[in-house]
Amino acid sequence: MTATAPSPHPAGTATGAYVDLRALTRTFGEGETAAHALRGVSLTIQAGELVAVMGPSGSGKSTLLTCAGGLDLPTSGAVLVGGVDITALSRSAVAELRRRRIGYVFQDLNLIPALTAVENVALPLELDGIRARTARRMAADALDETGIGKLAERFPDDMSGGQQQRVAIARAIVGDRRVLLADEPTGALDSETGDTVLRLLRDRCDSHGVAGMLVTHEARHAAWADRIVFLRDGVLVDESGPTPSIETLLDES
Amino acid sequence: MSVKHGLLALLQDGSKYGYQLRAEFESATGATWPLNIGQVYSTLARLDRDGLVEAVGATGDEDDDTRSRYRITDAGRAELHGWFDTPVARRDRPRDELAIKLALAVAVPGIDVRAIIQRQRTTTMRSLQELTTLKRNAAADDVSWLLVVESMIFAAEAEIRWLDHCEAMLVRVARKPAGGSTGTSDPAGLAGPDAIGAPR
Repeated sequence: MTATAPSPHPAGTATGAYVDLRALTRTFGEGETAAHALRGVSLTIQAGELVAVMGPSGSGKSTLLTCAGGLDLPTSGAVLVGGVDITALSRSAVAELRRRRIGYVFQDLNLIPALTAVENVALPLELDGIRARTARRMAADALDETGIGKLAERFPDDMSGGQQQRVAIARAIVGDRRVLLADEPTGALDSETGDTVLRLLRDRCDSHGVAGMLVTHEARHAAWADRIVFLRDGVLVDESGPTPSIETLLDES
Repeated sequence: MSVKHGLLALLQDGSKYGYQLRAEFESATGATWPLNIGQVYSTLARLDRDGLVEAVGATGDEDDDTRSRYRITDAGRAELHGWFDTPVARRDRPRDELAIKLALAVAVPGIDVRAIIQRQRTTTMRSLQELTTLKRNAAADDVSWLLVVESMIFAAEAEIRWLDHCEAMLVRVARKPAGGSTGTSDPAGLAGPDAIGAPR
């Protein structure tokens, strides 16, 4: 697929969307055993908008998220973030964009046990060349925002699951992130704690104009989003509400 | 549940006028169950007849309100505690219209079951979004209201999961070859309206 030239207007594309996914396909493997995780998915997310992607296991929703965040490259299609097609960027340029502009929250938190909460949050900033003291201050601000500023010096093992998830969210929002990508961020948390996590994501989009994508198979979590899209077998079935297509289901032989 | 128990509960902490009861009922249930004042008075009249509440005269001479205030009786208190102590049985709830609708849609030829499920899921998902917005905007200490909203959220969520389950089940049934026949195997009308003219 032809790459789109980087836009001079990093605020968004012509459609105003901060994230603009165009006709993405992603195929794993080749020939008869090839698995088509995405079969031509187009999706836009405006700044300040939270979009939930729903679908059963294996529907391609996590692949869509990793492509949107530059963690994986689509087989074809364009991924525009802030008007720049990241499929056309060099590996290092994508890595830099990821570090600076895109935050990730996964079910598996990936906190480093040997680092305190504030160190965990500051780490990606330091890797990006920000001076340790500045990074630490920014990390402390992010922890304040997720409501656990007082636990900054704790190690992950000394925190509850909900507190650890707040550290992970702080790490995802620290600095000037414009995109927030969350894959089943409530994981094994009880529903009350899960609500707190969703509230944080929601507020981040509302108050900071971040473009958010929430991948979930749970309707009650998706309901926090402005818009809900439904994936089935790598196809976006409906953009306004989940209306899966039986043709898609029966299509497989 | 009936309005009766709701009114008895609100009379626990003192005698009240009908309009007061109505306002408090709506505030406790977050106006999800609107009552008209006529309902309140007819319910109070029945409670009075059954000896569960009694009317007390208007207090204060300057108060020219001729309507009665009501207070709960000992029998009313016993009724109320019995109600709180008794779990709500599933069979006491009204029959689920949606389940009946889907069951009939499957049983009656030519109905597009898939479209019914889709429409329902979209509608329920939208309600779930609206309820979630209500929850987001609710004050954290408005526990009565939050309980009611959560109850509706859980019910909507359960309905969506059930619809997913129904659809998966119907798809599985539709995929099975129908007794070696070469005709279409579409017992539930899953292929949609186009299938209506298909040989059966």
